[in-house]
Amino acid sequence: MAAGPGAHRGPSAVRLVWVYPDLLSTYGDRGNVLVLERRARLRGLAVESVVVNADQAVPQQADIYLMGGGEDLPQVLAARRLRADGGLKVAAGRGAVVFAVCAGYQLLGTEFGGVDGEPLPGLEVLNISSGRGERRAVGEIVADVDPVLGVPRLTGFENHQGVTRLGPGVKPLARVSAGTGNGDGTEGAYAARVLGTYLHGPALVRNPGLADLLLTWAVGVLPPLPEAAESWTRQLREQRLDAVASMSG
Amino acid sequence: MGKLPLRARLATSLGGAAGRMSRIAGRGDGSVIGGVIGLRLEPDLLALLAAGRQIVLVTGTNGKTTTTRLITAALGALGQEVASNAFGANMEAGLTSALAQAPDAPLAVLEVDEKYLPTVLTATKARVVALLNLSRDQMDRAAEIWLVARRWREALAAAPDCRVIANADDPLIVWAAGGAAQVTWVAAGQRWHEDSWCCPQCGSHLLRDDLGWRCGECAFARPPARWVLGRQSVIDSGGRIHELSLSLPGQANRANAAVALAVASVFGVDPAQALPWLRGVASVAGRYTAIQRRGRRVRLLLAKNPAGWLEAFDVLDPPPVPVLLAVNAREPDGRDTSWLWDVDYRVLRGRPVMVSGERRLDLAVRLEADEVPFMLVEGVDEAVDRVDGTELNVIANYTAFQQIRVTVGRAV
Repeated sequence: MAAGPGAHRGPSAVRLVWVYPDLLSTYGDRGNVLVLERRARLRGLAVESVVVNADQAVPQQADIYLMGGGEDLPQVLAARRLRADGGLKVAAGRGAVVFAVCAGYQLLGTEFGGVDGEPLPGLEVLNISSGRGERRAVGEIVADVDPVLGVPRLTGFENHQGVTRLGPGVKPLARVSAGTGNGDGTEGAYAARVLGTYLHGPALVRNPGLADLLLTWAVGVLPPLPEAAESWTRQLREQRLDAVASMSG
Repeated sequence: MGKLPLRARLATSLGGAAGRMSRIAGRGDGSVIGGVIGLRLEPDLLALLAAGRQIVLVTGTNGKTTTTRLITAALGALGQEVASNAFGANMEAGLTSALAQAPDAPLAVLEVDEKYLPTVLTATKARVVALLNLSRDQMDRAAEIWLVARRWREALAAAPDCRVIANADDPLIVWAAGGAAQVTWVAAGQRWHEDSWCCPQCGSHLLRDDLGWRCGECAFARPPARWVLGRQSVIDSGGRIHELSLSLPGQANRANAAVALAVASVFGVDPAQALPWLRGVASVAGRYTAIQRRGRRVRLLLAKNPAGWLEAFDVLDPPPVPVLLAVNAREPDGRDTSWLWDVDYRVLRGRPVMVSGERRLDLAVRLEADEVPFMLVEGVDEAVDRVDGTELNVIANYTAFQQIRVTVGRAV
């Protein structure tokens, strides 16, 4: 069943760009692409996904840009290439949706920590800056999303040593209830249609509400999916949230 | 054993007794507990037990246990006893137990966890180190793989007497081995490229073509190999071609065999001599084995990470043989199941697929996204009962695999 009239911009497909999976796809980041594709298609929206590697130009006219996690060395190289390319910044500037996890999230900011923790310039798409924390945050994370966004609580896995500070004009995506996130009790950040999170890898898999938020930003209000299409995801979410609740007693 | 200091002898015999008790109590194969107790009494036990022996260490993300087994088999041509941690207990305690259990073996082939290679190399003064491959694996508990490679590089640079047998097709392995004084390069292939797009030397982009790989900016490039693996055969350092004809299936095992042949030749075992021994290996710690269960033939495959799953798919029986996928996320598996999304499950379309394991819901969501029809089952026996024909293939990650082995019996 297609979205209602006016819900999306004409007959054209949702154009999705997966940015630099050769460098920024450490752990299952493809999941975010697959979840967005599936949830769009189940609503009758066509999806055109493009994979852009680090030796290719980032197209400026897409609807949604995805950036994944990466180890230190690839993250530094990705920053260099993306700054030189400029496409992502232009796209974000004209209102495209950007969703970035972990290393990709840090890259969106003004500054991030390099291989030895030294500050390096980011893409300046989001007014945040990141550095290296005292210890690595590894494990399940649960966080309650800014109520304005209307997204159920986040469940995911984090694995990073980053600490991120949010500047003016940027709001925390969520408040941490279990785990570390940005390091100050908040988790992730967003401004306009740019959103980043420390939930790494396939963050949208367990958070279909977040996936739908990105799609809504891109194409307008969407109808809910039939229960049968949500069943496995709902069970997985419940299992993970229960597991964290029982761990923290 | 007579030459060991008294405390080491005591540590060894107490450790051995604990291992036997553990086996009798059915708590495991006893390959770790003995070493744990021994090391507590004598922290230098591994070095003491290694002294005076020729030791081969085998490490890498995938293929450690199989390659260790193949090298042990190849060295069988020498007619001497070979100590080995054949069941994959690959940290200090497991290695210590393996050496303690074969006190008179002049040779030892030991698989080593990636993280422990530097420590173990120092303790054992190994004669040969085999480096297989490096890719993403259990990233919640292991360091980033580039850091692993850097530690190997430093450790190997500090061991000038050690000969490294290394896979020339894996850029991270080449960089790690680059620290060593003596290296034999084996073109063993690389199926999984997703962790090596970045030059470990300078951080630039690596370029790949039919001839191999090289950095686009610095001089780092694939080294010329002395041993080359083809589809079914190996060319040795003397240019002779050997048909492999292994009992073990798949290209990944042929790569393991190529490395094993290169290691064996360091000990004077010619490939023609070694090959019959390699062909005799049909199952490794229960893997690749076919067992009979309730009238069906069940084949067990272990896959612990994305690269390992690609290898497992490569050796599945052809459709419509059904497959059971079992995934856990305990400590040894890694607590994070994100890696499931790095595996392309679409190759499973066209055969019945069942899922089990403690994280079967993660698998369910993953398969749904790939539009692979599946059915949830409680365990291996339910899967066996649901098979229409006579065969079932099973792919499981580490602890899920162990659980299935307990169910179907260890006698494999």
